[in-house]
Amino acid sequence: MMPETKMVRISDDALARALGADELAAAFASKGHEVQRVSSWGMQWLEPLVEIDGQGWGPAAVEDVDDILQDGASEIAIGAIEQHPFIARQQRLTFSRAGKTRPLSLDDYEATGGWSGLKRARQVGPEQILAEVTQSGLRGRGGAGFPAGIKWQTVARTAAEQKYIVCNADEGDSGTFADRMLMEGDPFLLIEGMAIAGEAVGADKGYIYIRSEYPDAIAKMERAIALSAGLVAPFELEVRVGAGAYVCGEETSLLESLEGKRGEVRAKPPLPAIEGLFGWPTVVNNVLTLAAVPHVMAEGGASAYEQLGLARSKGTMPIQLAGNIKHGGLYETAFGLTLGELVNDIGGGTESGRPVKAVQVGGPLGAYIHPDDFGIRFDYEEYTAADALIGHGGITVFDDSADMGAMARFAMEFCAAESCGKCTPCRIGAVRGVEVIDRILAGGRPADHVERIDVMHNAPRHGRSQEQEIALLTDLCETMKFGSLCALGGFTPFPVMSALKHWPEDFTGKAAAEAEVTE
Amino acid sequence: MSTKEHKIGEIVAEHHRREGPLLPILHAVQAEFGCVDAESEALIAKGLNLSRADVHGVVSFYHDFHDKPELRPVVQVCRAEACKARGVEQIIDQAATAAGERVKIETVYCLGLCSSGPAARVGDRLHARLDGPKLSQIIENA
Repeated sequence: MMPETKMVRISDDALARALGADELAAAFASKGHEVQRVSSWGMQWLEPLVEIDGQGWGPAAVEDVDDILQDGASEIAIGAIEQHPFIARQQRLTFSRAGKTRPLSLDDYEATGGWSGLKRARQVGPEQILAEVTQSGLRGRGGAGFPAGIKWQTVARTAAEQKYIVCNADEGDSGTFADRMLMEGDPFLLIEGMAIAGEAVGADKGYIYIRSEYPDAIAKMERAIALSAGLVAPFELEVRVGAGAYVCGEETSLLESLEGKRGEVRAKPPLPAIEGLFGWPTVVNNVLTLAAVPHVMAEGGASAYEQLGLARSKGTMPIQLAGNIKHGGLYETAFGLTLGELVNDIGGGTESGRPVKAVQVGGPLGAYIHPDDFGIRFDYEEYTAADALIGHGGITVFDDSADMGAMARFAMEFCAAESCGKCTPCRIGAVRGVEVIDRILAGGRPADHVERIDVMHNAPRHGRSQEQEIALLTDLCETMKFGSLCALGGFTPFPVMSALKHWPEDFTGKAAAEAEVTE
Repeated sequence: MSTKEHKIGEIVAEHHRREGPLLPILHAVQAEFGCVDAESEALIAKGLNLSRADVHGVVSFYHDFHDKPELRPVVQVCRAEACKARGVEQIIDQAATAAGERVKIETVYCLGLCSSGPAARVGDRLHARLDGPKLSQIIENA
């Protein structure tokens, strides 16, 4: 008797592929089974995840293929995927297709409600789209959290011959990968969202600016645009590839880059909504913002979206659990969960099994949060009030082996490497920041050669103590925070100052220990 | 007309009708020649009616464009926060030893595999959940 041919589903997400999903798929295919490459469920610690008839096995390797096929009673069996607590507890809107559809299948997309938001948007017309997107309370998911509806209204009300929709897919923050997963897993959803935005504001051209570090996402988006061109016409879309500059994730810098210039930040005003790409009114939104729009535009979608979340943070946020975490991956849920729930209950604590020392929320410019403050709820305003930010929803966990002095230094180093150079607090402040932190770590500095010159009557001759260096760093951070043009220089003080505040011993301890040894 | 001049002429002609054609052109030139050198900058500037300074300013701004071709195989290793939290700094010296003079190790900030670092990229092939021996193996195979 011929063995039964099984339908095996394996993700073709870049992370699954980096962990051997292609080889695994080939192994199943070589045994005569049908393999479907689908999007990722987002349970990244289980990738590559194998799904047969709704049951899952992960992380699977080629050696596990026979076990999985024979009786399924393998150590890596996780049971029914949809009932897995990590999945079952989520409220997935933007990622509702994750794990379930083939990313580039128009049939799958349509069968799961695809294009219905766009169809309805075209029926109800621009005014109604603007009203519903505003009503939904959807805010920019890139980090700034500006209400999408208000931005769209500004573009719609500005009279111009040409307008643009620009999707910011320059997801450079460490600890974030939701944009990548969305573009690789559900590219038509982003296209639909952009077409709706075009309909709302009267733009017929859209650009998706994707960072060059995401080759899979670039290829998938280009294929998806070609496949769906007829469906979104007359709206036209084009992918543009970044060139390794982190700062191009800032919207005005991104526009400069799209225009073919150095990615230098522009002063605002004028807002891009009034004078954006090539001087024309432009909607610049993050991938996740635009991808949330088709759900908002579904019948009753706006009020359903508004019901979720808390206070002024409405709807759901695709949260990314990263770093030293046991259950890392994508967790989409309504706003309002505490950080403790996210890290300990959902994330399962650290992967190393050691205690959590610090959690950085919001990427390289986000504050390091101490476990004592784990009660903070996922909400734009609550984070702002705590001198922290949600950013793009990335959560990076560190165990107790982390050296927070080194992490603070890295924040400044990163800012220095990625500064566009336009404003002084960022360009020079970051370099000085690295130097000051080095001196703090060294326990201060002796008098320098200028201070020692006889004629320098008023100069201190005792060098600078560690406390003085710390005061200097605090002052520098204030200058960067209030004097920088954009969030790169303006927010770098968050990780630096939060590390200094919560873990001062990581700054002063090493020098003190060395001093003790010398004594 | 040199082959380079001819090829760059073709690349410029292919893209110059696009809005903001410079970055796509630079990517194409970098892919073709492995770098955007001074000669290429001059040819692109001429083709787009820009000054050489304008083009050089853009080339030098972005980390992806180089003025000399890299003849060694390149392994990009992510050393951003999430990979640091997962121990990339503890294996980087080992990687440097494995690379020696033969392979270039390039630091990148984030490959988007942040729950499963340390991560590396060789060409368009990504690798995740690395440890010292796995990373050294990738470097040796590069």
